[in-house]
Amino acid sequence: MAEPLLELAGVNTHIGHYHILQGVDFAVPRGGLTMLLGRNGAGKTTTLRTVLGLWQASAGAVRFEGREITRLATPAIASLGIAYVPESMGIFAGLTVAENLALAARNGAPEEARLQWIFRFFPALKKFWFLPAGLLSGGQKQMLAISRAIVEPRKLLLIDEPTKGLAPAIINNLIEAFTELKRTDTTILMVEQNFHAARMLGDAAVVMDSGRIVHSGTMRELAADEALQSRLLGLSLDVHA
Amino acid sequence: MNPGTASAGEPLPRAKTDWVPPLLVAGTALAGLAFIGSAPTWVTLTVAGLAMGLLIFIMASGLTLVFGLMDVMNFAHGLFIAVGAYIAVSVVRLFAPAAAADSFLANLGAIVPALLAAIAAAGLLGYCFERLVIRPVYGQHLKQILITTGGMIVAEQLMLVVWGPDMLPLARPQTLRGAFLIGDIALEKFRLAAVVVGLAVFAAMLLVLNRTKLGLLIRAGVENKEMVEAMGYRIRGLFVWVFVAGSALAGLGGALWGMYQESVTVLIGAHMMVLIFIVIIIGGLGSVGGCFVGALLVGLVANYVGYLSPKIALGSNILLMVAILLWRPQGLYPVGKS
Repeated sequence: MAEPLLELAGVNTHIGHYHILQGVDFAVPRGGLTMLLGRNGAGKTTTLRTVLGLWQASAGAVRFEGREITRLATPAIASLGIAYVPESMGIFAGLTVAENLALAARNGAPEEARLQWIFRFFPALKKFWFLPAGLLSGGQKQMLAISRAIVEPRKLLLIDEPTKGLAPAIINNLIEAFTELKRTDTTILMVEQNFHAARMLGDAAVVMDSGRIVHSGTMRELAADEALQSRLLGLSLDVHA
Repeated sequence: MNPGTASAGEPLPRAKTDWVPPLLVAGTALAGLAFIGSAPTWVTLTVAGLAMGLLIFIMASGLTLVFGLMDVMNFAHGLFIAVGAYIAVSVVRLFAPAAAADSFLANLGAIVPALLAAIAAAGLLGYCFERLVIRPVYGQHLKQILITTGGMIVAEQLMLVVWGPDMLPLARPQTLRGAFLIGDIALEKFRLAAVVVGLAVFAAMLLVLNRTKLGLLIRAGVENKEMVEAMGYRIRGLFVWVFVAGSALAGLGGALWGMYQESVTVLIGAHMMVLIFIVIIIGGLGSVGGCFVGALLVGLVANYVGYLSPKIALGSNILLMVAILLWRPQGLYPVGKS
C-alpha cells in the first residue's frame, strides 16, 4: 500500500483549558480529495490548524510524506508544499488582487500560464486585478483565497469550508474549479458542511465527532448510506432532494 | 503579471485614493492663514510646522509598523530617539571643525557621519532590545507596557552615566544656520533641510512598502500575520528587522530633532512620545500614509496654535486627535485587521 501523503496518529490538541482533539487518527492518500466532515464543534478546523502548526498538538504525531512535522513552525510546514485556505478566507483586504497573488507565489512572480488557468475558473479576479481585495464580494474573496493556494503547484491543500455563505451559483462554480483541480497532481483535505458539495467532490470521507474520528471510508459509501449520514452527521433525507 | 495590458477593451478598475486626509492638511493650512492674517508669518509657521511634522513622522513611522505588525506596545521608543540624539552630539563633537566650516560639503562631512552613527546605534540597540525585552512578552500587552517602560527608565539612567545630567548643545552645521529671507518671509535653512529629509524618508518607505515583496509582506503582516505565516513566511524574522528599521529611523529622527532644538537632554525622546502616540493614533495604527498625514497635521496645528495661543499648544493636538477619532474612529487611514 502506498505511503499516505499526510498522516495523523493519536493527535491531541488543547486550546486553553479545552481538550479539542482527543486522539485523531487518519491518513490522507496522495492525489484526490479527502473530505473532513462532522457537526459544528467536532474539531475539523482544529485538525487543519494543527496540521499546519497554527495550533500545536499536545500529543501524537503529524507526518507529511513520512516526515514528522508536529513540532515544526507554521512557515516551515507551509514551505513543504502545503497551502491553507481558512474559513475566514484570510485575504489581505488592503492589498490588491494582484498583490495577494504575488505574495502567495513563493518562487518569484506567478507564472502567466498558471494565472490564465486560474482566470478560466475565476474571471472576476482578472477584472478586479488592481482593486484592493477588501472591495471584492464574498464569493470573489473566496475565489481569491483559493487562487492564492493554487497560484503555484502545491502538494497538499488544506481548505476549510470553501462554500460557506456563498450563493448556489458560486458554489457550482467552485465545484467545477475543484473538479478541474483534482485532475492535477494536487492532494486536497477539505472541511465541508455542504453535503452536496462534499458528495460531488470527495473521494474519501473522514467524519469527526467530539474531537475523534468516528468514520473513515470512501465518499461514495457515505453518500449511499443515508442511515450512516443521519447517525454521523445528523443529516436528514432533505439533503438528497 | 499584468492582465490590464493583456485584456482588450476598457481598462481594469483601480482603487480610488482617499484624498480627504491630505485635503484636511491643506484645509488646516488655509485655516491657519485665516487666523494668522499675515502671509509672511503664515509661510514661516507653515514651513516650521511641516518640518516639525516630518521629523515627528521619521520618529513615529517605525513605531506604527511595530504596533501594527506585532501588536507590540513599545513605550520605550523614545529611548531610540534619545540615543540617536546623544550619538549625534558625540559624533558632531568629533567632527567639530567640519561642522563649523563655511562649506556645505565640509558640513556634510560632519552631518552624514553623525546621522549614520545615530541610525546604526539606534538600530543595533533596537535589535538587542527586541531580543532581550520584547521577545519574552509577545502577545502580553500589560507586560509589554510595564517592561518597555522599565527598560526606558533603565536606559535613561545609563545614558545619564555616559553623557551626564546636563543639557548638551547640538549645534547645527554652519551652513544650515540662519534663514533665507524672501521679502518678509523667513525660511529657516535647517527646517527646509528637515523637510527634504522627511520627504525623502517618506518616499523611500512608500517605495519599499508598495514596490517590493518585503513591503508586501509588511503590509500583509500588519493585516493578518497568521496568514502570512501560513503562506510560509517567517513573520518573527521579518518583525525583528522592522523593529530594527523603526529603531534606526527613531535614531535618525532623534539626531535631527536634537539639531532642530539645538540641545539634547536624556528626556528628549520621552518628551516626544506624547506627540508620536497622537500621530500614530490619528493616522491609524499600522498605516505609514496615515502616520505621514497625521504628523503633518500635528506639526501645523502645534505651530499655528503655538503662535496664536501658546498656552494651549499641546492641548490643541489632543483636541485634534479627539476630533479626528470622532470622525474616523480607526484613524485617517484604518488598517483592516483580519
